[in-house]
This record gives sequence, structure tokens and C-alpha cells, in this order.
Amino acid sequence: MVDIPEHLLQRSAEARAKALGISVEQALAEMKGESDPTVISKEPEVKTIDETPAPAAETPAPAAETPAPAAETPAPAVKAEEKPAAKASKADTPEEVDFAPEVKVTQRLLTVVKAKPIQKAASEPVDKVNTWPHLMLPEFVSLMAMTAFLILLSAILQAPLLEEANPNVTPNPAKAPWYFLGLQELLSYWDPQIAGVMIPLVLGIAIWMAFPYIDRNPETHPSKRKFAIMFYTFFLAGAGVLTIIGVLFRGPGWNWTYPWIDGIWFDDLLDWIHFE
Amino acid sequence: MQKLSLRDRIKEARVSASDSFRGGKLMSSIFRPGSPFRKGYVDSPRNRSYVVMNNVLYHLHPVKVKRHGVRLSYTLCLGGLSFFLFIVLTITGIWLMFYFRPTELAYVDIQTLQTSIAFGSLVRNMHRWGAHLMVLVVFLHMSRVFYHGAYKAPREFNWVIGVILLLLTLLLSFTGYLLPWDQLAIWAVTVGGNMAGYTPVIGAQAKFGLFAGLEATTATLLRFYVLHVLFLPFIIVIFMAVHFWRVRKDGGISGPL
Repeated sequence: MVDIPEHLLQRSAEARAKALGISVEQALAEMKGESDPTVISKEPEVKTIDETPAPAAETPAPAAETPAPAAETPAPAVKAEEKPAAKASKADTPEEVDFAPEVKVTQRLLTVVKAKPIQKAASEPVDKVNTWPHLMLPEFVSLMAMTAFLILLSAILQAPLLEEANPNVTPNPAKAPWYFLGLQELLSYWDPQIAGVMIPLVLGIAIWMAFPYIDRNPETHPSKRKFAIMFYTFFLAGAGVLTIIGVLFRGPGWNWTYPWIDGIWFDDLLDWIHFE
Repeated sequence: MQKLSLRDRIKEARVSASDSFRGGKLMSSIFRPGSPFRKGYVDSPRNRSYVVMNNVLYHLHPVKVKRHGVRLSYTLCLGGLSFFLFIVLTITGIWLMFYFRPTELAYVDIQTLQTSIAFGSLVRNMHRWGAHLMVLVVFLHMSRVFYHGAYKAPREFNWVIGVILLLLTLLLSFTGYLLPWDQLAIWAVTVGGNMAGYTPVIGAQAKFGLFAGLEATTATLLRFYVLHVLFLPFIIVIFMAVHFWRVRKDGGISGPL
């Protein structure tokens, strides 16, 4: 059995106490199984009909002893006669009422199936809060902050626009967009056939996508998955360093340059580099 | 009867006008029950549920979320901001499409946009910096998910979709990079396209398919334009829908750690 948190138990005990008109302590005790549950009798009053009660044993007799085809005809008559009898006996001996046949039985109780959800939910009670306003308001604020930041950035920094495209004039160096610069840096070390494809595509994408299927450690706490954390941090650091080298430390001919001595060759932030 | 001051009378008139408007048929038809914009909204647990349940956002958010998930420091809103930046980029991008032709005139169109069209420069800057930001935010979102171990069962497949979304984001940014048709654009795309040319076996075909020829020309420009404004957004929206849906089906926010 799942342990229900105390505050949730308390809350539902209060609701139960209110509904049944009993004290909270008693409701709590009932829910913990320490005392018998309070039963509210809601049975409707049974009208007593002033007639001689028929013997109870007579009721099943016609159906049991007479062969089926023969019994069909007299059956309604017998049952009609017994209607008051059944009700009367209900009043006298309430415990036998359930076994007495009703006159017009359209449905009857076969069994009680305990209510279960159709999906098996093996979840424990979780501490939850309303999405509105606890999630939606911070979200809205962060969207507004992002918008403000973007507009401000766009007002200050001008997006680069160089001379018109000319296939005959190759700039030196020719740099890819910044998110590919780590890759371009990698390409400059090895044979492009290896670096340009095997590393980023096969290793990068395939392993990256398959990562949850490779890492079968179910733990999520960082202290229990040190290798995974280390692996990702190395990747992050490597990608970061390569990208920064590509952005800041590579000049004409893809030669090493120092941004504070030789300047920066990074046209994406042209306006920022020549910021006045 | 106490005589009201002019300010109070104005306030009263304003409140009653506001009430009759917010309680009117028009507003009731627009906002579903429980909306804070309807008349008589009170802050109750029931109404807080209705705000989400009777809202299109119910497709994104459940009525209740785990308490630790709403802490700003847990997600830093990175997933939401990625989506939001996508929306900003869609809006500014559609606006830019009014002034842009993916032909030899592309460069002139950008110049005209920057110099002669109201807010042209601002909107272009927003689109460009927003795109760079989106690449960054999507990447940070992935890192956040990794460090929380949020890709673990039952969320494995959503990680796969997430990586596809990152690749689509990079492709969208890369195809957009060519569109200004200046020296920066054409040579960055040439370098990137040449990288694709190093693919084993199908390298030459991949490069030819990307460039619509042997090198970056106006045919490439048209190809990248169609990919950028139509094909890739279409694909990414489908994957985003699956991504968001899986977030909820896999049990909402991961954790706590």
C-alpha cells in the first residue's frame, strides 16, 4: 500500500467528517482502519401491507419442482400473488428480503466489481500546484522578458550585411555560421572524409539520438550518474572551446590569430566588433 | 444619500460599463467559463482549474503541475522560450517575406528593407538575432534535459524527437543564412555545403542536391528560400506537436532529482 502523505489524509478526513457529520478525529481513525466506519442508514421505509404473509418456503417451489414448459404458464400468476407477500415479509424479517424473488425482475445484482481505473496508474501522490497562476504567470513574465531583450538587442546591434554575393571573390577566411564553426575547426585538423562525416554525423547524430537507449542507468540524481554527467560536460566543453577558437582565434588562411593583437574575423558580429 | 465626488462617480460608471461589457454576450462567446476576462471571475481552486481546462493552452499544460517544476531554476523556461522564439521568428519572418524576392534582387531587397521601410531594420535584426538565440536556447534546453536525466524512461523517445528538433533548428538557421545574398551569406553556405560534400558515398549528390548545382547560385537561393519558409517550418511544427504531446503523455515535467 502506498503511503498517503499526512496533509492529504488530513484534508480528506476533514471532507469526510463534514459530509458525515462526525468529528475529524473519528474520520481520521476510520480512514486509518482504527475504528469501524460510520454507516448512514439511507434505507427507504418499507410499507407494510396488511395481508396475510405467504410462507417463504413456497416461493421457489413451483419453479423447482414443476418441469420448465409447464411452469411457464402459471408462473406470472403465482408471482403476482406473491408481490404483497414478499413486501410484507420484507418488513417482518429484513434479512431474508434479498432472497425473496421480486415480481418484475428486470435486473439484479450479480457481483460487485471493485472500481479500478482502466489504465493502471502506479503513481504515488505528488505535491502539485495549479498551473494557473503558478506556472503560467512566470512563463508569461519570461516571454515578456525575452521579447524585451530581443527588441533591445535588435535596436542596438545591427545585423551584418556585406557586399553583394560574388562567387568570384572568396573572402579570407571564409567562415561557416557560428554553430558550425566547431565543426569547421575540427575539419581543419583531419582529413575531411573522416572529420567532416564520421565524427559529426555517425558519432554525433546517431549516438546522440540513441543516448537514452545506451544509458540504461535509471538514476537521475547527478551523484549517481557521474560518468554521464562527465561525458556531457566534456562534450560541452569541447564544443565550446572549438567554437570559440573558430570564432575568435582563426584569421586569414585559417591561421591562428589572437583577437587582441590581430583582430577578430567574425562577420556575424560585425557591428559589435566595430561598436562605437 | 451621500453625495459622491466626481472621481467616485466616474469610477462607478467605469466599473458598471466594464461589468456590462465583460458580462455581455460578446465577451461570453469569446471567453469560455472560468476565464479571468469574464465578469465575476474570482480566484478559487475551481476557477484556477477552469482557466487551463477551458483554454486552448490545455493542449500544452495540465491543470496541475508538480510543485518543483514551477521553480524557475528547474527549467529556466528554456523549452518554453525555444517555442516562443519560434513563434517570434515565424511572425517576423512572415513580415520579411512581404519585402523579399529570392532572386538576383534579393540583396537589393534587403538594402531597401533596411533603408526605406518602416521598422525594416528592426524586424530584420529581430529575425536574425532571434534565430541565433533560438539555436542557443534549444541547445541549452537539451543540456538542461541531459543534466536532469530527463531523457530516461519513459521519456527516451521524446529525447530522440528533441534531437531531431535541434537538427531542424540548425537547418532552418542555415537555410536562412543564405537569404540576404551578401558575401557573408554565400561563403558561409559554400563552406557548410562543402562539408556536406564530404559525406561518404553520397557526398557529391548531397552537395548537388543542397546547392541545386555545383556551387551556390541563385538556384540555391530559391531552394534555400523554399526550404526556409515552407518545408522546414512545416516539418518542425509536426515534430514540435509530437514533442509537446509526449511531454504530457510521459508524465509531465521530469524529476524531482
